[in-house]
Amino acid sequence: MTRRQAEPAVELRGITKRFPGTLANDAVDLTVRHGEIHALMGENGAGKSTLMSVLYGMERADAGTIRIDGRAIKSGFGSPSDAMAAGLGMVHQSFKLFDSLTVAENVVYAAEPRRFGLVDRAAARRRVRELAEEHGLAVDPDARVGDLPVGLRQRVEILKLLHRGARTLILDEPTAVLTPAEADALFAVLKSLAAQGRTVILVTHKLREVLEGSDNVTVLRDGRVVARLVTAETSADEIAAAMTGRAVELDRVHAPGTPADVVLAVNGLTTDAVHDLALTVRAGEIVGIAGVAGNGQSELVEALAGLRPTTAGRVTLNSEDITHASATERRVKGLAYVPEDRHAVGTAPAASVADNLAMGHHRTSLSSRGLLPPAAVRAHAQRLVERFGIKASSPEVPASALSGGNLQKLLIGRELAHDAPLLLVEQPTRGVDIGAIQNIHDQLIAYRDSGHAVLLVSAELSEIRGLADRVLVMYEGRVTATYTKDEADERTLGLAMAGGAGIAVEAVD
Amino acid sequence: MFFDSDLLMSALRALTPILLAALGGAICERAGVFNIGLEGMMLMGCFTAVATSWFTGSPWLGVLAAALAAAAYSLILAVGTVTLRGDAVVLGVAMNLLAVGLTSFLLRTIFGVQGTFDDPSLAGLPLIGGLSPLAYLSWVAVAVAAVMLSRHVWGLRLRGVGEAPDAAATLGVSPAQYKYGAVLVSGVLCGLAGAQLALGNVTLFTENMTAGRGWIAVVAVMLGRAAPVGVLLAALLFGLAEAAGFRLQGLGLPQQATDAAPYVVTLGALFLTTARRRRRTPSPSGAVS
Repeated sequence: MTRRQAEPAVELRGITKRFPGTLANDAVDLTVRHGEIHALMGENGAGKSTLMSVLYGMERADAGTIRIDGRAIKSGFGSPSDAMAAGLGMVHQSFKLFDSLTVAENVVYAAEPRRFGLVDRAAARRRVRELAEEHGLAVDPDARVGDLPVGLRQRVEILKLLHRGARTLILDEPTAVLTPAEADALFAVLKSLAAQGRTVILVTHKLREVLEGSDNVTVLRDGRVVARLVTAETSADEIAAAMTGRAVELDRVHAPGTPADVVLAVNGLTTDAVHDLALTVRAGEIVGIAGVAGNGQSELVEALAGLRPTTAGRVTLNSEDITHASATERRVKGLAYVPEDRHAVGTAPAASVADNLAMGHHRTSLSSRGLLPPAAVRAHAQRLVERFGIKASSPEVPASALSGGNLQKLLIGRELAHDAPLLLVEQPTRGVDIGAIQNIHDQLIAYRDSGHAVLLVSAELSEIRGLADRVLVMYEGRVTATYTKDEADERTLGLAMAGGAGIAVEAVD
Repeated sequence: MFFDSDLLMSALRALTPILLAALGGAICERAGVFNIGLEGMMLMGCFTAVATSWFTGSPWLGVLAAALAAAAYSLILAVGTVTLRGDAVVLGVAMNLLAVGLTSFLLRTIFGVQGTFDDPSLAGLPLIGGLSPLAYLSWVAVAVAAVMLSRHVWGLRLRGVGEAPDAAATLGVSPAQYKYGAVLVSGVLCGLAGAQLALGNVTLFTENMTAGRGWIAVVAVMLGRAAPVGVLLAALLFGLAEAAGFRLQGLGLPQQATDAAPYVVTLGALFLTTARRRRRTPSPSGAVS
């Protein structure tokens, strides 16, 4: 064994990083050996991202040492390029790619093969093909990155790092945007990279993939390491307890609801990316829509919310035709809506928590002769903050000051408070901590049990399976499969989401 | 005959300043800097070219000085948007207004005249085959810019910087450096455009003599989608419009009407490009037929 392999690939000792008001990393130690897939876990704000930023030269630590292959990096890396030169490479959660450039151009950018000062495009293409073949990362070198699906873009990110000779790959929440099949493919690639002696650090909060894909786990909570576990000897419950500091019941499947009258009926709905779609949602029922992002779910929800014109079909809410009603009319008739993008669509980040909670209620309970009495707005905010456990230092702070989980509680609380017969809710727990996820799920179930209809769109299969009484799978703008709660197991849904529902039916025929 | 070789030559003369400025604008656009200060940079080039040619007797020194002066002037945009993170539109408009005032002021203090300075002994650029050497240079510049942008390492990095500066920075490419470079190159090209206008197309300086050509160049950048060859075609369209305007004037139409020809074409071109863009991205109001 060479000296290089005897030493850990990455060794962090006593990393401490302070931001004004918070201690993001408190004497964190992390040791990652060569050829290992090491999961770094923790809830939002636990300090994972800060730790990786320190390692990758994006932040300077206040204290602590970094060793790469046993070599001390004095006062850390000064920039990501320094870290890259030392054999590190990071795939950020939001990809750092150039959409208008080709795959080959993205891969070789700033490390180009040249001929007479010009980019040697043939050599670049060849290089991409070689790397792709060697590591099972097939992708067309001439495709424009902007045209590729997310899974392939991620491959481009990995190829980019391999082209630069990265020996240690850091992946930040790599499966957040992938289908189950794409995630499986990614883990196959990571395992083969590890088998070749490369090292993988996986930053994630998804327990299942950590259990299936990693060798060791380090768990952070409140900036400290709270557990170091060998994956083969641990369990999801143990990791979750370490992350949250208490026992957590994972993947709870809630008792089914008791569906009553039809609240929402959609027939032959057609709009951009949605074709001839039919569905019904009854009072006391949660209908879940599963599907890989980009198969028309967002367009469907926008059309139902009145934000996108319906080109054909008929939509009724409590037997009233709302096909061409405006968003306002729909809300007045009894629709509440939790949009997918809580920052840009769901809330006004610069406005106060109280004002955000008042939005939508301005035309009903809060309005007094066309004015909004500040006392009423404050009292309303106070009520919702207490009822939904929104943690804000004061109702007057801007919504942007809230954590992701609390902002989501604000948004969901505001919409639930309308007591509307129909709730449209999109990705209710994306990027939200385990603790807040449970709270939000409980709220949705309670809303259903009090006789409301809920249409839930989520990319999280466990969420759909836990909450929905019926599951519809959307693929290329159509509902391709419908399952009851019992039928909707992970494998069945995963296959249907990948477009396999039709194939399975044909095979039966 | 309305269309003949005279009209073509006239169009090629009118084309050169617009093309040079628009090339500069296209390079900025690709680097992610919206440069609407082309007009002002060009006007600085006009004045510097005339003043330098007058005092040194050499139009070539005039061209060189115009390029340097406009490049120096372009630093306002580079420092303002890249280093100080100011708004490029506000800065560009300010630069255009400042250039009008500054050149008019210098015209009075240096030459002691108002409005126009011309003199038979002011040396203009020689003609080769009826066109100034800068016209030929502008065509070469198109080819060089096209190859550099699409094939050269710098071009690739510049396009990356313009598209996703953060991504470029994580790969060790400094967006600021490339943006400064692009703005300075646009300054040089606008200086040449100004020299062509004041020592090539005519041999004089008159207040605000660019008369909107810099703005037309901005439109040419949009119309040509910031690609050198596209910009060439767009500039050719405007050159033809300007030449046709002269011709119509010869046919007895009032000058005020014919002078408007390039601007009418500009409006039409803007309308067509936005209409095309609207068709591609359906509007939320559903007004798509």
